[in-house]
Amino acid sequence: MAEEKKITTDEILLEMKGISKSFPGVQALKNVDFVLRRGEIHGLVGENGAGKTTLMRILTGVLPKDSGTIILKGKPVHIENPRHAQLLGISVIHQELSVLPNLTVGQNIMLGREPRSFLPFLVDWKKLYRASLEHLQRLNVDIDPRTPISELSVAQRQMVEIARALSFKADIIVMDEPTSALTEKEIESLFSLMRSLREQGISIIFISHKLEEIFSIVDRVTVLRDGALVGSMPISEVKTEEVVKMMVGRELGEMFPKDSVPQKEVVLSVRNLKRGKELRGVSFDLRRGEILGLAGLVGSGRTFVARAIFGADPLEEGEILIEGKKVHIGSPQEAISLGIGFLPEDRKAQGLFLGLPLSHNIGITGLKRLSLFGVVIFRKLKELALNFVNKLRIRTPNISQLVRNLSGGTQQKVILARWLSLKPRILILDEPTRGIDVGAKAEIHAIMSELAKEGVAILMISSELPEVLGVSDRILVMHEGRIVGEFTREEATQDRIMLCATGGANNG
Amino acid sequence: MAKEMRIEGRELLRKSSVYLILILLLLTFSILSPRFLTASNLINVLLQTSIVAMLAIGQTVVMLTAGIDLSVGMVGILCGAIAAGLATGYGFGLNLGTVPAFLLTLILGSVIGGVSGLLIVFGNLPPFVATLAMMAVARGLTLVFTQGKPIAGLPEDFVFVGSGSVLGIPFPVILLFVAVVLAYLLLARTAFGLHIYAIGGNKEMARLAGVNVRRVELGAYIISGLTAAFAGLILTGRLASAQPNVGAELNLESIAACVLGGTSLFGGTGNVLKTIVGALIMGTLANGMNLLGIPSYPQLVIKGLVFIAAVTLDILSTRKRA
Repeated sequence: MAEEKKITTDEILLEMKGISKSFPGVQALKNVDFVLRRGEIHGLVGENGAGKTTLMRILTGVLPKDSGTIILKGKPVHIENPRHAQLLGISVIHQELSVLPNLTVGQNIMLGREPRSFLPFLVDWKKLYRASLEHLQRLNVDIDPRTPISELSVAQRQMVEIARALSFKADIIVMDEPTSALTEKEIESLFSLMRSLREQGISIIFISHKLEEIFSIVDRVTVLRDGALVGSMPISEVKTEEVVKMMVGRELGEMFPKDSVPQKEVVLSVRNLKRGKELRGVSFDLRRGEILGLAGLVGSGRTFVARAIFGADPLEEGEILIEGKKVHIGSPQEAISLGIGFLPEDRKAQGLFLGLPLSHNIGITGLKRLSLFGVVIFRKLKELALNFVNKLRIRTPNISQLVRNLSGGTQQKVILARWLSLKPRILILDEPTRGIDVGAKAEIHAIMSELAKEGVAILMISSELPEVLGVSDRILVMHEGRIVGEFTREEATQDRIMLCATGGANNG
Repeated sequence: MAKEMRIEGRELLRKSSVYLILILLLLTFSILSPRFLTASNLINVLLQTSIVAMLAIGQTVVMLTAGIDLSVGMVGILCGAIAAGLATGYGFGLNLGTVPAFLLTLILGSVIGGVSGLLIVFGNLPPFVATLAMMAVARGLTLVFTQGKPIAGLPEDFVFVGSGSVLGIPFPVILLFVAVVLAYLLLARTAFGLHIYAIGGNKEMARLAGVNVRRVELGAYIISGLTAAFAGLILTGRLASAQPNVGAELNLESIAACVLGGTSLFGGTGNVLKTIVGALIMGTLANGMNLLGIPSYPQLVIKGLVFIAAVTLDILSTRKRA
């Protein structure tokens, strides 16, 4: 009851209490508390998978919570859907922009609430554009509301989104990684806009992976880890290193057996790979029998390195050498014929044929070797599949089981089997254990170690620091399309990697 | 700077390419045939275009929502036959006269469009499937109703809709003009129109913005059914009889008109004025080829090729923007 008499500057606008949420197999949020005051910029940080996005999705009505209460302006509310959240004054500026490119600025701002003229079905365009101009002017943004969105830059589109949020009289704006697609200058103007919104009494929840940004703009910071609240404090009371520690804070267990030793011979060299903002000059060597960990935050360009080596995206600049010879890799087929295998991040979208049986999923990239005059010899396919089912201990009732019905860990082994059937020299694994249970994880790590012993060179991308530290012989850290740090297995610690990955240190 | 200007130039070219193509066609045929560039022939082009253009208006509205209506041609033929029956006493055994027959037929067309729309909106059928099925149903109903034979002996005012003219301007062209103006206002001035574009841009975002997506989509298919009925009446009037076995290529031509006019197959961009220009391209092509004495069978092949070219352009330009 004492809270009711708080002074305005310290007025609590939003309180989320004891929020829990679980997805099949994962407890995404465990009893999380979150308090937002009026007119503050509140940073929300944590590793990938810490639960930031889930918490915000609950706040904005995208996901229902399992338990907990949300108290908005002193009253408990039940947020039903995104529309309802908007009407309550909670708006989101998404990571991927959500304005309609085929409409004008004003149409976007007022969509769904167009002012009507003398006939109720006719839009009063003058009023619409005047109203949207007012919203833009409140942000000090100089954009003609009649401009089509398609003619605006990403930063300008973001401004339009913010104007739209304000038009709903939002007093809470959630910004999910708003700076990821902006230039330095644009980030500056976004920040000054955020400050002016703060002066108008609007509260902003700012999610960012970049700790420099967090420290330059927020008033308070809340840290989540593994779905639980670690701490929440004024930013002036903490240092970068402390926040990093709170974010990672795990102890390394005995989960990662490591008994392979890299050899000297360099199998793959990439030199100065460049492609737009994603890759700004990436160079490294990968040796026979080595497991090279590629760490960094989502969006730092790790996946683009993999895709570039695999020929999935054309390069603007740079060269790739395999066993010392310069090669041109123009397509995944060429990469495969050079002995490169790639296990993509999103298994379901990019790697697996869910409606096909296990055997076909394993055999599909090597069909040529399994067929005679273009006709697949199913006996050979069966032998191949059975061989890998035994070797990788794939748990399945039989080899004609549809992949859809297998567990995540088993699916991952199926893709691994597919690439192994081609006997690759170089294997690129993008988040090889994401979303699979601990037991299957350990098995995959054991397989990787086994392969390294056989001389396969492995490049592993992973967002899980304990995995990177436990499995890799050597670790590269990426930040904004560049490699900013390199550590040996002995040198590497979670804190050092995290500091590099968030742009907090120049270890280059 | 120079690069920017090149990009702007290319953008301008893309935006106005439909007009350029039409002008190019007009020039080509004027050179190749002395009979092409005469007032009577140009009016003839407009007349020949009016049916496809009418269908294409509704098709544009549907395509703007990222849908497609494959039933327009056959719905038009069905509506023409039913109207002919009601106006002559064939089939139902009651002769209502032209105006009531027209009104009932226009309602029928809207209802058929509405049924497709309901299947799509509430049954979650892909537009392609729902309207393909509706095409078969409409064709079947036409054949059942007419027994596969033409219905002739239409009253004079019925024939006027397709063949009459006011002050030298063919009546179908006047009808088309009115329909274009109404459709233009609908898309450019009303909330319904804005919401059509929003849905085509991104259905989920439109929904979250509070647009009643289902109602708007349903409306689009109703409009398509209505314009199909109008087109069917014009065609029947022009032929002075209901012909159950014509109109096989009307679907393709209506979609081609939209795509030529820059309506994206993926929804969200396009407008009716450009669709009409697209329809004029198809009409001019047919007329010019007739004048040059190209037989009608190869003409169909050429139309198919033009369609492929238009769609390829659409896909290429969409990819470039993405």
